[in-house]
Amino acid sequence: MTSPASAPRPRQSLRRHRAARPVLLALSLFLVGAVYAAVAPATTSSADGAADAQLIAQGKDLFAVNCASCHGLNAEGLAQQGAPALTNVGAAAVDFQVRTGRMPMGNPYAQAVGKQNTFTDDEINALATYVGSLGSGPKVPGEDQYNPDGLSAEDVARGGDLFRTNCSACHNFKGAGGALPNGFVAPSIEKTDPAQIWEAMRTGPGQMPVFAAGAIPDEDVKAVIAYVQQVNATPSAGLTLGGIGPVAEGFWAWVVGIGSLVLAAVWIATRGARA
Amino acid sequence: MAKPAQINPSSPAMEVRTPPQEESPSKLAAPAKWVDDRIGLAKLLGNIRKIFPDHWSFLLGEIALYSFVILLITGIFLTIWFKPSMTEVEYAGTYQLMRGVPMSEAFASTLSLSFDIRGGLLVRQIHHWAAMLFVAAMTAHMLRVFFTGAFRKPRELNWLIGVGLLSIGLIEGFAGYSLPDDLLSGTGLRFVDGLVRSIPLIGTWAEFFVFGGEFPGDLIIPRLYMVHILLVPGLLLGLISAHMALLVYHKHTQWPGPGRTQRNIQGYPFFPIYVAKAGGFFFIVFAVTILMGAFMQINPVWIFGPYNPAQVTAGSQPDWYMGFVEGAIRIIPNWEWHLWGTTWSWNIFLPGVGLMGLLFTSLALYPFIEAWITGDTSEHHLLDRPRNAPVRTGLGVAGMAAYGMFWLSGGNDILATQFHVSLNAVTYFMRAAVFVVPVLAFIVTKRICLSLQRADRDRVLHGSESGVIVRSPDGGYSEAHQPLSQGEAYTLTRHPQPAALVPNGKKVGRLRQRLSHWYAAGQVPKPTAAEIAEAAHHAAVEDGHDAPALEGGDSGDTP
Amino acid sequence: MSTDIEKAHPEHGELTPDSPVPDPGVEEHVPRFTDVDQAAADRAYRQIVGMLALVPVLVIGFLVVYFAVPRDAELMVFGANLKMQNTLLGLTAGLAALLIGVSAIQWARVLMSDEEIVGERHGAASPPEARERVLADLETGIEGSSIRRRRLIGSGMAGALGLMVLPAVVSLADLGPWPTPAVRAETIEKTIWAEGVHLVNDVTYRRLKADEIEVGQLVNAEPETLQDLEGTAYQQAKAKAAIIIVRMDPNSIRIPESRQDWQVNGILCYSKICTHVGCPISLWEQQTHHLLCPCHQSTFDLGNSGVVVFGPAARSLPQLPITTDADGYLVARSDFTVPVGPSFFERDSSKDFVEGDR
Repeated sequence: MTSPASAPRPRQSLRRHRAARPVLLALSLFLVGAVYAAVAPATTSSADGAADAQLIAQGKDLFAVNCASCHGLNAEGLAQQGAPALTNVGAAAVDFQVRTGRMPMGNPYAQAVGKQNTFTDDEINALATYVGSLGSGPKVPGEDQYNPDGLSAEDVARGGDLFRTNCSACHNFKGAGGALPNGFVAPSIEKTDPAQIWEAMRTGPGQMPVFAAGAIPDEDVKAVIAYVQQVNATPSAGLTLGGIGPVAEGFWAWVVGIGSLVLAAVWIATRGARA
Repeated sequence: MAKPAQINPSSPAMEVRTPPQEESPSKLAAPAKWVDDRIGLAKLLGNIRKIFPDHWSFLLGEIALYSFVILLITGIFLTIWFKPSMTEVEYAGTYQLMRGVPMSEAFASTLSLSFDIRGGLLVRQIHHWAAMLFVAAMTAHMLRVFFTGAFRKPRELNWLIGVGLLSIGLIEGFAGYSLPDDLLSGTGLRFVDGLVRSIPLIGTWAEFFVFGGEFPGDLIIPRLYMVHILLVPGLLLGLISAHMALLVYHKHTQWPGPGRTQRNIQGYPFFPIYVAKAGGFFFIVFAVTILMGAFMQINPVWIFGPYNPAQVTAGSQPDWYMGFVEGAIRIIPNWEWHLWGTTWSWNIFLPGVGLMGLLFTSLALYPFIEAWITGDTSEHHLLDRPRNAPVRTGLGVAGMAAYGMFWLSGGNDILATQFHVSLNAVTYFMRAAVFVVPVLAFIVTKRICLSLQRADRDRVLHGSESGVIVRSPDGGYSEAHQPLSQGEAYTLTRHPQPAALVPNGKKVGRLRQRLSHWYAAGQVPKPTAAEIAEAAHHAAVEDGHDAPALEGGDSGDTP
Repeated sequence: MSTDIEKAHPEHGELTPDSPVPDPGVEEHVPRFTDVDQAAADRAYRQIVGMLALVPVLVIGFLVVYFAVPRDAELMVFGANLKMQNTLLGLTAGLAALLIGVSAIQWARVLMSDEEIVGERHGAASPPEARERVLADLETGIEGSSIRRRRLIGSGMAGALGLMVLPAVVSLADLGPWPTPAVRAETIEKTIWAEGVHLVNDVTYRRLKADEIEVGQLVNAEPETLQDLEGTAYQQAKAKAAIIIVRMDPNSIRIPESRQDWQVNGILCYSKICTHVGCPISLWEQQTHHLLCPCHQSTFDLGNSGVVVFGPAARSLPQLPITTDADGYLVARSDFTVPVGPSFFERDSSKDFVEGDR
């Protein structure tokens, strides 16, 4: 993930390099001025920088309109709104929160829940780039960081072990979700996009803890993603009854089992029509 | 099997010496004679035309019995492949998502049963659904017996056997739930470890003895396997046989109705009607469990994963019948004593050991307590309609409400996520609800019973509502009432009503007297013969023609 | 039970019901359609035979499915992705059983004679003569056994039988090791944590660098020495040694003086085993610092030395003192200072952290 050569898109390759961020920031600041001041001969990198600068400007505008009322004009956060500073959350956090529709949120005191996202990919990209440019934090992942294709069966099984160790306590054994204290919930992740699983693990949205690369490197994240995908694609032995375990099973045992057998018993014991 | 011997010694099958003079009326005579000569078949069978009354609620116990038979059949199939061993292996079977994961042989063989043995998964699912139905049907059957007063003399001992069956049924179910050694069952075992440990004074010793040392050890699954396939099924078989033998000896209870008395039984003969009906019902129960196994996934252990003491999952719940204990453990406040270097952990012991003990003790004692309160020492073969025993019905519903509240508490996390309420709020609510709701349930149920008694009284006196509105000459509207048939009126009035104990010379304890007053209080007196006659007369005068509320007539004796 | 109480019920069975309405006697039998209409009876007969005739078809279907449908075949019904073999085997067998059941019951309902019959009932008690005869037999037997004269045989036998319970019970004493203080100290009061043992990520055994742990991060971890164990010893060790590592902003949490050197820049380490009944807990809310047990919802505040803030657990979550080694990796400073996991009677719970401790 630190090798620029492996990245498919040059823009991403720049942003992905560890050293790139401060350099990029300086460069883009410089270029914002430069582009406006004069028509400079465009090299590859300066064109990228120019594009970034443009993105950042666009993102800043979008931020001012959509986010600043809670997070402040400079993303410094507003304590009385319960809105955290976004200076060091990273582009990945913005990408996750906006793309899943969690941000902007309706009620700042409730849990941010996934809903229909109303932004275009370009707008999200601009917002993320802008916020990412404000400080540190994880960047939007490249496909090689989260795409689980090509893992071996053992890798996926290890992903399952990691999933049950780190994730199932909140998200349940197949990712159907579960309860948290005080009305909060861990959402279902059965159909969540791999990139967003990566982003959630790295940025820790809401009450979710961060699962950083120091303990769980990208290879392990991929394995977890592969496991969640495959365990939900495995054919089931009948209707899954919500996938929430024995409570639903007991309920259906009474409703379907005892229910149908009592109907049968009524049929057995009633006298039919009489002549 | 104890049975009133009613064999006619001159029955043809019993003839020993004389060859048949004429062609026997039955083709079965020759083979029957062959067997009878050797084992006295006719004596063994007794009366195959034994009468059973017909009512749907009498079939609930049959569901439990058939589920047990299904459990035996499917259980034998499962034992052929299941390995009750906690030896660690690395999985190398067909289920790719477990490839290379360390697990116990028990879990690996469960996966093999589910993925490699054709039909194994189906049988596993049938077995588990049948287990859920077994306990559910026992519970429903017990409620039927309770609310109809079928536990009264002479059936108290059979009630006790039933309570025993239910309680060891729970143990059987729990042991089976633990065997696959998956994440949920292991979590359940860890819970049992904590529960056993919490017993004051001897807890640690009990834990070390049950688990063969520290949790989890490598003995608990083989031990539970023995309990699950040998010890408890043996006990269940014995108790079920005794339960059925007593049923046959006492003859089944029956609902009140025309011609039905404490001294007779009315219904259909065992052979052929109940052989067909009960045999057919067995297949229907089997069919329902098979179809549930085919279409409803249960206990998908391959998704839960093998037991790992460092893993846990949201939605960790036991099967439904342990849910009330789980609920109590969830809502108990954190009471623990720390005295002189010891720990008394009431937060597990009370809801776990205490609540289960309380439930089964009160169930076992109830028939004796009720008989003591009412002073009733007579035999009962006619069932009570629940409304005619309002206090008993109220207590039963209160008990169900308490159980239900504990049960809901066991799913407080699921309630919180499904209904979008706070988990903490659910817990606080339930702490109060387990005490308040049963009291409310008792009051409401008793009121409903008394209202129904009043409705019965009105129907007997004034007939049933016909739905026909009549306009009288002076412009008033009224609903015409249909007089009851004599059979129905008899059914509604033949029950004795509970009466308070009257001290007669010797002393009756104050508590007992108070309880008996409470038990009998508030009943709507059933109409007397004079009141019925009066009402009939009144109706006749009002309608202007003489239609008595009851067709009188000489009571037909039983044929 | 006989008391001098005027009872609401007569003593021996209820001979005359106290009904104000005379008993009209058993209802008259009304024939069914199939009893009076030959065509209806024939139709019912055909239906029943028809149902039974379908059973062989279903059985053949079962066999075909058993041998022809591969184990991994899938079946999409109503958007559900089912295991085809399981569904079809169950469908064929279930329907076959259903048809057998329904046809047998229908046979009984519409074709068998449905004349209700009435039988007599006798009290459960034996007739008085029988009771007396048995009592007399007992008396004769007791007399014949001479136990009345040779009383020592009776009490000797009872005592001997009673004593035989002892060997039966005592031979169960090896059910498990005895939890004497010495045994407890080596088992339930101890984990494999010790000074210098590295904290490693669970499953992957990856060592953890303190400066790679971010604020808000949760790591489910184990002692590195767990790797050396196998089988039962491994499971027993893991059941106690599992930990969670969290990093919080040191300014947002309370660290008591006595535990200042148990943590590394806000990286704190707690037992993962709930102090209630021992579920592994890892449901941590990074904003409130609360840790919830998914089994019974005990909630601990990891920002306050693991004290209980909600639920049935009574004791704080034990904290593991940690530091870093020369290369910056997290290591334990010692074992837990108190036994981890659920309470047991002999546990001295006076050393657990309580609110207000310094």
